[in-house]
Amino acid sequence: MHSRVIVQTDDFDVAEECRALANSGRCGAVTQFVGVMRDRNEGDDIAVMELEHYPGMTERSIETIIERASERWPILAATVIHRVGSLLPGAQIVFVGVAAMHRQAAFSACEFIMDYLKSEAPFWKKECKADGTERWVDARDSDGQALSKWRV
Amino acid sequence: MITILFFAKYREQLGLGRMDFTLDTALCVGDLKKRLVSDGGEKWAEVLLADNTLCAVNQTIANDSVEINDGDEVAFYPPVTGG
Repeated sequence: MHSRVIVQTDDFDVAEECRALANSGRCGAVTQFVGVMRDRNEGDDIAVMELEHYPGMTERSIETIIERASERWPILAATVIHRVGSLLPGAQIVFVGVAAMHRQAAFSACEFIMDYLKSEAPFWKKECKADGTERWVDARDSDGQALSKWRV
Repeated sequence: MITILFFAKYREQLGLGRMDFTLDTALCVGDLKKRLVSDGGEKWAEVLLADNTLCAVNQTIANDSVEINDGDEVAFYPPVTGG
């Protein structure tokens, strides 16, 4: 199983990442998730979002999540790219792509990796509202609940 | 000597992203929190004693009973909001 984990300020090319995953040997399915910055949150217009992470631990925690996914499903490769720094509405934030021989493993592992990334990987978002005020985004209960379906 | 890191909202609340701390005796995470709060006061209590404060020792999630040794990197941070 080949994994690729990148934290970067630059944007990423989804088509390029999917092509690279499709080139994994014996690949028959590639799934992808792209998280995009919303222009509204909790009723407010958001002008800019600042993303912070814990260098080192963030990458390690995502690698661990991918390893756990590969223990549950027969996946061939996984790529996670997460952006940090200043992002504008409509910007791509995160890419999760998984290659497998068959679709079910690729779908499930992609969702599993994204669910655990949201609740374990040390990233933090700060929103700068259109009126100039700033606030740190609070963790959502629904992100914790999303994990319950994987605990079997 | 250990390194203590603070991230996101906590870094702003404390006005501090990183500090060195001399270990005069073996400590667990819970002891370290108490020491920092007794040295720093209310602002530090709000950060370190909040129910949802997370801690990592050497970049692995740690609860209050995890032991801290000389040279370790300890981080305190709020619940994560990536993705």
